[in-house]
Amino acid sequence: MQFMLLFSRQGKLRLQKWYVPLSDKERKKISRDLVQTILARKPKMCSFLEWRDLKIVYKRYASLYFCCAVEDQDNELITLEIIHRYVELLDKYFGSVCELDIIFNFEKAYFILDEFLLGGEAQETSKKNVLKAIEQADLLQEVRIFLYHQIHLL
Amino acid sequence: MSPSVPLQEMIRAIRSARTQCEERGVIQRECAAIRAQFRQSDNGGRSHNLAKLLYVHMLGYPAHFGQMECVRMIASPRYSEKRVGYLGAMMLLDEKQDASLLITNSIKNDLSHSNQYVQSLALCTLACMGSAEMCRDLAPEIDRLLRASNSYIKKKAALCAVHIVRKVHDLGEMFAPAARSLLSEKNHGVLHGAVVLITELCERNLETLEKFRKAVPDLVQIMKGLVISGYSPEHDVAGISDPFLQVRILRLLRILGHNNEAASDAMNDLLAQVATNTDSTKTVGNAVLYETVLTVLDIKSESGLRVLAVNILGRFLLNNDRNIRYIAMISLQKIVGTDHNAVQRHRGTIVDCLKDQDASVKRRALDLSLALVSASNIRSMMKELLIFLSSCPLELRSQAASGIFIAAERYAPSQRWHIDTILHVLTTAGGDVRDETVPNLIQLITNASELHCYTVHKLYRALLTDISQQSLVQVACWCIGEYGDLLLRGECQETEPVQVHEDDVLDALETVLQSHMSSPATRGFALTATMKLSTRITDNVDRIRSIVSIYGSCIDVELQQRAVEYNALFKKYDHMRAAVLERMPVIEKTAPGQTNGESTGEPIKDIQSVKVKQGELLLPQPPANQVHDTNVYEKDGVTLTMSCEKQSATGLTVTLTASNSTESDISSLTLQAAVPKSVQLHMKAPSGDSLPARGAAKVTQMVVLNNPNKVGLTRIRISYSSQGSAFQDTIQIDAFPGLSAAGH
Repeated sequence: MQFMLLFSRQGKLRLQKWYVPLSDKERKKISRDLVQTILARKPKMCSFLEWRDLKIVYKRYASLYFCCAVEDQDNELITLEIIHRYVELLDKYFGSVCELDIIFNFEKAYFILDEFLLGGEAQETSKKNVLKAIEQADLLQEVRIFLYHQIHLL
Repeated sequence: MSPSVPLQEMIRAIRSARTQCEERGVIQRECAAIRAQFRQSDNGGRSHNLAKLLYVHMLGYPAHFGQMECVRMIASPRYSEKRVGYLGAMMLLDEKQDASLLITNSIKNDLSHSNQYVQSLALCTLACMGSAEMCRDLAPEIDRLLRASNSYIKKKAALCAVHIVRKVHDLGEMFAPAARSLLSEKNHGVLHGAVVLITELCERNLETLEKFRKAVPDLVQIMKGLVISGYSPEHDVAGISDPFLQVRILRLLRILGHNNEAASDAMNDLLAQVATNTDSTKTVGNAVLYETVLTVLDIKSESGLRVLAVNILGRFLLNNDRNIRYIAMISLQKIVGTDHNAVQRHRGTIVDCLKDQDASVKRRALDLSLALVSASNIRSMMKELLIFLSSCPLELRSQAASGIFIAAERYAPSQRWHIDTILHVLTTAGGDVRDETVPNLIQLITNASELHCYTVHKLYRALLTDISQQSLVQVACWCIGEYGDLLLRGECQETEPVQVHEDDVLDALETVLQSHMSSPATRGFALTATMKLSTRITDNVDRIRSIVSIYGSCIDVELQQRAVEYNALFKKYDHMRAAVLERMPVIEKTAPGQTNGESTGEPIKDIQSVKVKQGELLLPQPPANQVHDTNVYEKDGVTLTMSCEKQSATGLTVTLTASNSTESDISSLTLQAAVPKSVQLHMKAPSGDSLPARGAAKVTQMVVLNNPNKVGLTRIRISYSSQGSAFQDTIQIDAFPGLSAAGH
């Protein structure tokens, strides 16, 4: 995978994960143009398109578009499954996830993505294991904070 | 899970801004506060600050001042700060920034951290944005982790290795042994990572691929386990056990089985099993089937298996899900060359997809339909394609039009059909055709002499309906000018007789001339056509005269020139007018790439490639302009002498002199030369084409060669007539005199 973008129906970016080295300017341009292209598509259209010699796979979940740019040899149908798996993970983590969850906890969305995909490829195919790892990492964060506060009070 | 309160407050504040300007104000204030916080020493809220900055960055505002903070946070002992620091690094630092190198050391340390979640952060960041330098630095660490760590880390290390190999190709060899041993792990995450890594290694290095072929039986085993095994809740997706892993294994098998009989045999049964047993009611099953089909078609599979694969694609074509139909067509496109008949069986469904709502599907259907046109189905396919052309989206029109032209040219069952088809395309999509269409069509029409009457009638009618399609109008004008007499004659075998008056025809042409829709080129056509009619009509020649003289003062220079010339034709050269404007002969299709001096259209430039001696000269050539004379041909009294003069390091001027020592004159003498592709040839005009008897006079012809490879092989063809018979001979010249053979 080259990159993944999450954006709202108004074209506002909610998450952008880039796995290829591109400058900020280039990223902005690609995001802007691609978002416009996808928003212009009609609802019943194909989830796949060829855009500027990239293969794009996208799917809309409620008010959010999940869009990935994959390599030539990548299987488009399994990419749709990857997108779906990510949505399921978010759903499990936040409990019936909605766009607002992702807006106000964007860093968590990134952490979950980073536990599911690594370098653009799926790293863990078991939903349970991904969620367990996130839970543990969150705990690690909490414990340290807790310890810190304890010291501060004394 | 405690939310970051300061972060959420800021997000709320930004979102409640009602205008872009207000939002900018909030952001500026927040950024100022963040910057101030960065300058302060450790205050416990650092991770919240950086998170705020990252949010601001995602909205599109500049955040480069946070880069150093990321570097600091990554080095922090606190996990929460490390986590956000690494996230910031992945978002703000790409390998092009200098600051990215600064985190290499932190990553190195964290890779050997006692806590696996810290290790994980480092691995994730390296795999996301590691530069080639960082990769080279840390590769040994990754290799170590690949061999000795827990599954959690191993799976991440494997994908990190993939990134490293993509950045620094040579390092692939380092990871091959570890990758091989990972295949015996049970953990799906590790297996998946291992398969991805092996795929990457095999794609890049042929030797590695050969070595990994031995792993095919193991891969087949793993796959079998997934397909046959009972329900495994952890990895199950809609009844398929770990489809992600299955797809990756299938892809690796494809690479290993490609062009290799033994490997393909070993996986044959498995592929058949997966193809038949996978449930295709959900997308996930179809994803696995898709990958299976791709693999079957790309390895040396049995014909039965291939048929099975193509049938799966055929089923996909009938699927309700548009995505599946699209996928099917992409795959069919790949094999339409090799498995043409198999794909033909599904032609009906493919043609139906031309009517799909989705532009991507339409495009695929168009490509496939054009590839499936053959002599037997040309009529029915063309009907469908023409229907498609009339309603297809704009971006596909020119592709459709040119595809139709090519198909029509290749398989036209009759000339009339061909002309009709082209006219249909011009009427529907005349604006989207390429420029060569007009001369090509004109040539086609001239060649179909029995159809001149039919064609001109049809074009005239088209012209009356619509003059906006330039290509159509141009062809119509040309035909009316050329075959106007047939138009006026009225009766025509192929169409109903219609009475056309001279005035009507001239009206039509004048409309084109005066219309603002007509391009300058079109008006040129119209004017010339009008002029040509002056010899084909009887009553209205004066009208033509006046039209022509009006355009003598036209602003358009091209039209003006034409009009002035035609005027002159009327006034001063009226006696020549009929001859000048008479019917054109049939135009021959010109062969491309003719050079000056070749008399017929035969291209004789393709000589067998010659063994050429290249490289530095051990003995540099003397630069003098040396002239040598050699006899290259002597037969039946005709002699051909060649004299070469070096002009430059690669340039050579050859003068051919022909003489005739027989008792009879020789006429129509022509010399043609052919050279290998690397040589440029320019033949100047010969001094004459007849050789009087007994050597009374000679004919010379100069040939200029540019010979960068110092190739000597040239063929010269000499042809002439003597005593009423034609003679032809070919001379082979292996070396040019003057180009010394020694030392090359």
